[in-house]
Order: sequence, then structure tokens, then C-alpha cells
Amino acid sequence: MTTTSTPAATGRPASTAASSPKSPARGIRRPRQRSEWKGLAFVAPFLVVFLLVFIAPVVYSIYLSLYREQLVGGNAFVGFENYLALFGDAQFWEGFGRVTLFLLVQVPVMLGLALVAALAIDSARLHATGFFRIAIFLPYAVPAVVAVLMWGFIYGDNFGLAANINDWLGSTIITPFAREWILVSIGNIVTWEFVGYNMLIFYSALKVIPTDLYEAAELDGAGPMRVVTGIKLPALRGAIVIATIFSIIGSFQLFNEPNILRTLAPNIITTYFTPNMYAYNLSFAGQQYNASATVAIVMGVFTAVIAYVVQLRGSRKEER
Amino acid sequence: MSTLTEVMTTTDAAGGRGASGTRSRRRGAYRPKYSSPLRPRKSVAFTLLMGIFVIYSLVPLVWLLINATKTQAGLFSSFGLWFDDDFVLFQNIWETLTYKDGIFLRWFGNTLLYVVVGAGGATLLATLAGYGLAKFRFTGRKAVFAVVLGAIAVPGTALAVPTFLMFSQLGLTNTPWAIIIPSLISPFGLYLIWVYAVDSVPTELLEAARMDGAGEFRTFFTISIRLLAPGIVTVLLFTVVATWNNYFLPLIMLSDPTWYPLTVGLNQWSAQATGVAAQPIYNLVITGSLLTIVPIVVAFLGLQRFWQSGLSAGSVKQ
Repeated sequence: MTTTSTPAATGRPASTAASSPKSPARGIRRPRQRSEWKGLAFVAPFLVVFLLVFIAPVVYSIYLSLYREQLVGGNAFVGFENYLALFGDAQFWEGFGRVTLFLLVQVPVMLGLALVAALAIDSARLHATGFFRIAIFLPYAVPAVVAVLMWGFIYGDNFGLAANINDWLGSTIITPFAREWILVSIGNIVTWEFVGYNMLIFYSALKVIPTDLYEAAELDGAGPMRVVTGIKLPALRGAIVIATIFSIIGSFQLFNEPNILRTLAPNIITTYFTPNMYAYNLSFAGQQYNASATVAIVMGVFTAVIAYVVQLRGSRKEER
Repeated sequence: MSTLTEVMTTTDAAGGRGASGTRSRRRGAYRPKYSSPLRPRKSVAFTLLMGIFVIYSLVPLVWLLINATKTQAGLFSSFGLWFDDDFVLFQNIWETLTYKDGIFLRWFGNTLLYVVVGAGGATLLATLAGYGLAKFRFTGRKAVFAVVLGAIAVPGTALAVPTFLMFSQLGLTNTPWAIIIPSLISPFGLYLIWVYAVDSVPTELLEAARMDGAGEFRTFFTISIRLLAPGIVTVLLFTVVATWNNYFLPLIMLSDPTWYPLTVGLNQWSAQATGVAAQPIYNLVITGSLLTIVPIVVAFLGLQRFWQSGLSAGSVKQ
């Protein structure tokens, strides 16, 4: 292998032709086709599996949501009947309302805390910033199951910290599993799991702010708070939009935490506590696969629409 | 190989990333690339205030560690955040590992299998595809990218039920494949590699390799993969966490406990405490939980240099 081989002999692939302007027209045609299959060859393995585990299930559940298993006549096409039935289903709406409430309260709290932590770590006013960063991020690595079991024990009145505190106060004030507190208890677990992850997204965006901006601010005599509002927060806008979208998706799909806590509070967490739990129980306790697929499709569309709106609003503000 | 070496050295000198490297060289003085130049004094009071975050993050883990040293009776009789008189951590570990003929070790092995094949495969596929999208033009490239970006918005749990129904038609449920195949796709991983490859693998370098007559795959496996390393480690860590922590998918796909991963197994142990024939084994659930998080926490701490640089590169594009 030497450098003696000329470009003409090897044939310059299209990607170079595309990125470097003014390559001889003669050289473009044939190599372009070559690069076509080369690029595709890199992407193909991913695409094949992607079709099997992403596209196919979506298509299959659309199909299921349009059919119904009937006592007489077997599997029959019913059009949008499953959707109409779902929209008239009080259990679905109860779960939907619950995750919406969860979303409106938990997501702002979690992202607010993450933002404060990221700005604090980036401010260079903390001792041991490395320790802060890793300690706050650490819960993200803990499996949801372990997180819920752990918090479940801590909440518990058997040997949890809640019980310890109640004993100490001689009261029963702290009741994380009570009907009115259960959503807060779940919100706390989710916040604990993901605050560090969101902090890291924000922190990464803060780290790439060009130094010149800070220097200019310093020359203009801007104080630390002015730097935060004038430079850091605007620079974080994209990261905040992304984190919000991920959090909305997570809230609508809430499943692990309530489902695992159910063993500890079976009377309060119902089988339709969240839409995703409803879909799961329709499938695995009720064998109602068509109804279950309908829930999955409806929630998927809701999530996509809301994520899209958030993204539009986020980018519109950016233009201003 | 001369052209190639030349380009590679240039890249190394520039630190792989364009703009800021040139800027600091032009000024001729050393400047830390991305840190705030307003060097305020460190504040003890502020550090203590922010310490609340650390306490919140670490208290449950400390609770787990302390309570893994207690007997089942000790759990009930002692204060949650301090040790009991009996220190039985090692007995608990031994009991966890040997309970029911060592089913915990079996679950541990299953988890390892799912992580190595699933997360390893996901990283490989995402790396190849992200690189292909970043460095080649081909018909349908934009369509592929749009669909994959859209897929980031679709979480695994939304697809789990339909995937289960489909896999049960194919006879794949209750086999390791039911866990491994869906784990192989990481749209976020692909996105990260795509963003990373655009900046860190210079097109001139690839041209030089082509002029030297190296095939595309050879170039990829000998040169590009090294430049992509921080991005790859980041994606690997996130896919490892995702598969190690996977709960919903195995929960619905598997009914045979011998194929359970740790997460589903632990929850089954926990559920054993309630119901008709309740046999609580709280000490084993707690010790098992501790053993489950140790490997993943060690991996994160050990590799933090890599994933932190990979993540910040990923956010450049936002």
C-alpha cells in the first residue's frame, strides 16, 4: 500500500465529491453508485433490526386496534370501534388524568432541580465539583426495580425510615402509601432516578458555551446572576426542550414505579393506575389484545403530538 | 501511508475538534477550552447548601448498604440509617447466592448474557449506522434519519405489548431472543454517534485512506473506530444501563424464572412477602439489590472520563 495509486485509479467516492466542490464531472457518476451501496451497507444491519422491533410492532398494533376477537365469527374488522370504546372508558381517562397531573407537577420540579444543580456545578463556586456531579448522577445507574424496592422499604411502616420518623414523633404523620400521598411518593422516586441524568444534559450544554462570551460579559461588568440569565439560560434552551420532551414521554409511559409499588399498596394502586399499566393488564390479565393495542396507539399519538408541540414552541423562541 | 499519517497527526494536534482549538492556538496562550473564565472564589456555604442534593441522592443507597448488613429480625428492630448489633453482610451475600439452588447466580448470568449480546450488539449497530449516515451520501439517507429521530420519541414500553404479541406469534417468547432482539436497537445511540462522527472523523482523513487504496470497512475498523472511541464508550454505557436495568420487556416476555434477569427476579422475591403463602425474605431482597447495582455503579465510576467527554460532544449540535 503506497500513495502511488492515483485518485483516478481508485475512483473518488461520492461523499468526497459531494463535500469537496469542483471535482471533475467525469469522476462522479460511477463512484456515486459505489458509495451508495457502501453507505447503505453500514446502515443496513441497524435498519433490518429496526424494521423488526420498531416498525413491525407499530404496524401490527394498528392492525390489532382495527379488529376485534368476537365470540361468533372470530377475528373481525370493526373500524374505529375499539377507539370509540376506549374514549368512552372511564378507567382509561382516570389513568390518563393521573399521568397528566403527574407530568404537570413532577416534570417541572425535576427539571428545575436539575437546572439548579447544573448551574451550581458549572458556577465553579463549589468545592469538589467532580464529586457533586457523579454523586447526583449515580441514581441514574440504579435499576428502576432496585430504586422502587429501596424507596418502597424506606416508605414502609415495617422497618422504613418513615416508620422510624413516625415512632420518633409518636405519630402517624408520614404515610407515603396513603391514597392522597401515593402520587407524590412515586414522583419522588422518579425525580430521584432522573434528576442527575437531566443535570448532566444541562451541564454538557453549559460546558460548550464559548469562553469569549464570558470574557465579553466580564468586560461589560456583568455579575454572576446576569451571566446566568443573559448567557447560560439562553444557551440551555435546546437542552431544556430535549429534556422536557424526554420527561413528557417518560411520564406518559409511567409503568415500572407504580407496578412495582403495587405489591406494597395493592388497594391504592389499581390495575388501571396509568394508561401503560392498563394496557399491560388488558393484555396479560384480560387477554384483550385489541383493546390493549388501542391504548398503546392512542398514547403513542398523544405523546408524539405533545412532544412535537413542545419542540415547535422551543424552536420558535429560539428564533426570536 | 504518508498522506494518512500526516492528516492523523494534524487532527491529533488540533484536539479533534475544530473551532476552539484553532482559537486558542491563534492567541498563542494556553486557555482552558470550556471553563468559565470568571474564576469566582469557592464558597463553603454554597457547597453545604448544594450538599442537600448529594444527601438526597446518596441516602437511599447508604440505607441499602447499611441494611444489607442486618438480619431479617434486625431490620425490624433497629434504626434504618445505622447498623444493628449483628453484622451479617457476608452471611446475607452467601444466603442470597445460594438461595433456591443459586437462582440468583443464574439470573446474574442471564443479565450478563442480555447485556453483552444486547448492549454490545446495539452499540455495534448504532456505531456502524451512525457512521454510515454521517460520512456517506446515499438515496434515502434523510428518510432513514428522520424515521430514526422520530423513534427516539417512542419509548420501549409503548412498543413492548405489540412486540410481545408479535413475538408470541413467532414463537420467540420465553427465550433469550425475546430480550436480546429488541435490545439491539438504540435510536439515541445512533444519534449520538452520528453527531460525534461528523466532527471527530475528518473527511480528509477518509479521502487519504481511500487514496491509499484502503477499503471502506478496513478504514472504519482500523482508523475511524479509534477516533469514535469516546462516543462509542458513551453509547455502550447507556445501552448497558438500559439492558442491565430492563424490567418491563423481560417481565412480559418471560414466564420461566430460569431466563429471568436480576430485575424481574428481585421483584419476584419481593412479591414473595405478600399474598397467601407469604415467605418474606427481606434481607435477601436488600442484599440482592445491593449486588445488582454494584457492577453497574463500578462501570460508571470507572469509565466516567469517557462518557463525560462523549456526552459533551453530543450536545454541541443541539
